[in-house]
Amino acid sequence: MRRIWEVVIGIAAGATAALCFAGTVTAQQKQVVIGGMCDRTGPTQVNGAGICPGIQDYFDLINSKGGIEGYKIKYEEIDHEYKVPPAVEAYEREKGDGATSILVYGSPQVQALNRKLEEDKIPGTSPGFGIAASADGKRFPYLFPVAATYWSQGAAAVQFVKDKLGGSLKGKKIAYLFYDNPAGREPIPVIEDLQKIEGFELRTFAVPPPAVEMGAQMLDITQRYRPDFVIDHLFGGGPSVAIKEFKRNGYPLSKVVALVWASGEHDIVGAGGWPVAEGYHTMSFAGVGDDYPVRDEIKAMYKAQGKEPPKAMDDTVMYNRGVLWAALHVEATRNAIKANDGKPPTGEEVKNGFEQIHDFGLGGLVPPLKVTAADHEGGGFVQIFQVKGGKFVKETDWFRAYPEVVAEAVKKAE
Amino acid sequence: MFHRESGVFKTSYAADMALYPLPIARWAVAVFAGLFIVIAPLALGEYYISILNLVLIAVVGALGLNILVGYTGQISIGHGAFMSVGAYTAANLVTHLGAPFWITIPAGGIMAALIGAVVGIPSLRIKGIYLAIATLAAQLIIEWTINHVTWISGGVQASIQVPRPSLFGTQLKSQTQLYLFLMAFVVLAIVGTSNLIRSRIGRAFIAVRDQDIAAEIIGINIFRYKLWAFAISSFYAGVTGVLYTYYLGIANYEQFQITVSIDYLAMVIIGGLGSILGSILGAIFVTLLPILTRWFLEDYGWLLFAQQDLQNAIPNLRLILFGGLIIFFLVVEPEGLNRLWRNIRNYFRVWPFSY
Repeated sequence: MRRIWEVVIGIAAGATAALCFAGTVTAQQKQVVIGGMCDRTGPTQVNGAGICPGIQDYFDLINSKGGIEGYKIKYEEIDHEYKVPPAVEAYEREKGDGATSILVYGSPQVQALNRKLEEDKIPGTSPGFGIAASADGKRFPYLFPVAATYWSQGAAAVQFVKDKLGGSLKGKKIAYLFYDNPAGREPIPVIEDLQKIEGFELRTFAVPPPAVEMGAQMLDITQRYRPDFVIDHLFGGGPSVAIKEFKRNGYPLSKVVALVWASGEHDIVGAGGWPVAEGYHTMSFAGVGDDYPVRDEIKAMYKAQGKEPPKAMDDTVMYNRGVLWAALHVEATRNAIKANDGKPPTGEEVKNGFEQIHDFGLGGLVPPLKVTAADHEGGGFVQIFQVKGGKFVKETDWFRAYPEVVAEAVKKAE
Repeated sequence: MFHRESGVFKTSYAADMALYPLPIARWAVAVFAGLFIVIAPLALGEYYISILNLVLIAVVGALGLNILVGYTGQISIGHGAFMSVGAYTAANLVTHLGAPFWITIPAGGIMAALIGAVVGIPSLRIKGIYLAIATLAAQLIIEWTINHVTWISGGVQASIQVPRPSLFGTQLKSQTQLYLFLMAFVVLAIVGTSNLIRSRIGRAFIAVRDQDIAAEIIGINIFRYKLWAFAISSFYAGVTGVLYTYYLGIANYEQFQITVSIDYLAMVIIGGLGSILGSILGAIFVTLLPILTRWFLEDYGWLLFAQQDLQNAIPNLRLILFGGLIIFFLVVEPEGLNRLWRNIRNYFRVWPFSY
C-alpha cells in the first residue's frame, strides 16, 4: 500500500521509474529497530533542535563502532510537531516496523500512548517529562521517566533553595512561576508537601500558554510578593522572556532556579546573551558542557566522514540530553540481547533490560542511575549550574532530594 | 457519486429528494461499504488501519463542523473545545459510574450540544468574523476550565484513563476492532447528516445560510434554527471527542486545543463547504497529506539532502509542502475538493464529445 502511494507520488513529482525502485530497496541485516519521536517544528522546537540530533548522533556512533552486540540500530525518527494524532500515527508505524523500544517526546504524547505501550509490550521513555507517577514501575510497567521526573525536579529545587538560604526554610518566601498546563502544574503537589515539612511560604504564579507574556506575574513577584527565591518552571519560549523580565524588574537572577526545561543555552541566548543572565541557576539531568569523551568520539566520527560536527552540538545542555536518552535505549537493548544469548530481543525483554540499567556513567554525562522493576525513574538525580562569566558553572554534583517525599507522592498517586 | 441521469425526469418531490436518485447510486454505496467495511480491514496491515482510524475520527468531526459552517453559514473556532467537553463527560461517566460506551457516546454528544447551544447564542446578533471571535472565546474558556477544575479534569495532569469499550464481552483492543467500531459511527454520522440535510431542519439551515433575513420573512425561526445548528454540530464534535478518547484510552485536554479547531475548519474549507463528500475528502486530505509527504520525503529526500541533514529537513520541508499543497488546491478550486471532483466527473460525463 505504502509503496503504491510512493510510486504514485513519485510519478507525480516527476521522478523517474528508476528512482522509484532505488527508493524502495531495503537491505536486510541483523538489526534492532528503535522508534523515536521528535519536535523540530512545533512549540518545543527550541529543545528538539538540540535533543534530536544528539539522539541521532549517538545511535550513529554506536553503529559506527559495530552496533549493539553485533546488531545495527535502525533508528526511526518521526517528527510530530508536538501534536497528539501524528504521535499516534508515528507510534503505530514504528510498532509495525518492529520497534522494541520507543523514545516518546512530549507529555501529552506520553499520556496518549501510555496505554498502547502497555498493551503492545513496548517500553517507552520520557526523561525529564511525562507522568511523574510513572516512576512506579508496578503501575506503569512500560513507561520509563528515567533520570528525573517533575516531582524529583521540584524536590531538588526546594532542596537547593534550602541550602542557598542557609539550611532552613522556616518563614522564607518561595515563588513558583510555571507554564499553566498539566506539565507545568505537575510539580506543585510535591512542592506543597515540602511546604508542610519545611514551613516556608509558597505562592504560585501561572503563566497561560504560550507563556511568553508574563508582565503582570513578574510585577506581582518582584514588586509585591518579593520572594526569597523563585522556582521557574517554564518551557518553550518562556524562559528567555522570564530572564529578561527578572532583569528589567531588578530582581537578582541569582535568586532564581530553573527546572530542567528552562535550563538550556538557547534560553540564555534568547534572553539576550550570557551577561544578561549572569547568576541564573539551571538544573540538568544530563551532563552539561563539552568535556565528555562521548562528545569527542562523536566529533571524531564526523571528522572521519570529512564533515564538520553539527551546530546542534553547541547547545550542550539539550544535545547531551539527547545523547543520554539514546544511551539509555542502547544500554537497555544491550542488556536484553545479553540476557537473550544474542538472539534478537522483544519489547518485553528490552523492558527487562531497562530495569537492569545501573550506573553506566558514560564519562560522567549520565547520573548515577539505578533503574529497578519498582523504580523506573532510577533515583531522580540532577545537577545544578549557575551562569557565571559566559558559561554554566557547576554548583552541585549529582544529588537527589527528599526521596521519601517523592516516593510518598508516587504512592499517593494511585 | 459516479453517476448522472441523462436528463431530469423527476415527477414528484419524493423522487427529487430521494437518497438514491438512480439504482446505480445504491450499488455504488454498496460497493464502497463492502470495500471499507469488509475488504479494507482484511487486506490492510495494522499501521494502515491505524491511519484510517485517525481519518474516521476526523470524518465525524468534519461532518459536524460542515453542518454548522457549510450548511448554516455560521462559523466556529470552538470545535476543539466541544470535543474536549464530550471527551471529559464520557471519561467521567466511565470512571465514576462505569457507564458502557453506548451511554457515554450519546451523553458526551449531548453535553457538548448543550454547551455548543449556549456558545451559539451570540450568533443571533453577530455574524462572520465577529462570531468567529466569540467562539474563539468559548474555546479558551472551556480549555481553561478543564485545565483548572480538577473535578472535571481528574487531577493536575488533566487526563483520565478510560478502559477500551467492550462489545459482547470482548474488549476492543486491536486496531482492526477499533476500526470497525469507529466505522459504525462514521456510517451513522454520514447517514444522519445526509438525512438531516434533506429534512425540514436541513432546508431551514440552508435558507438561513443563503439569506437569513429572507429566511425569517418566509417564516423560519432564526433563533431556533441557529441554535439547532450549533447544538447538532457540537453533538458531532462531542461524539468525535468521545471516539478519540476511546481510541487512545485517555481523555487529555491537550489533544483538543485551538490548533485542532483550526485543523477541522481547514478540513471543511479544503473539502468543500456544504457537502458531505467534501467533509470526507477534507478529513482524508488534512489527515493523510502530512503522512504522505513524509513518506515521499523519506524515500526521495536523499536527492536533495545529505543523510544527516535529512532528519532535520524532513519535518520542515513537510510543513512547507503541506502549506503549499493546501494553497495549490484552493487556488485550483476555491470551492474545495468536492467541486474539483464534480468538475472532473462532469468533464468525463460528456467526454469525448464536450460540445
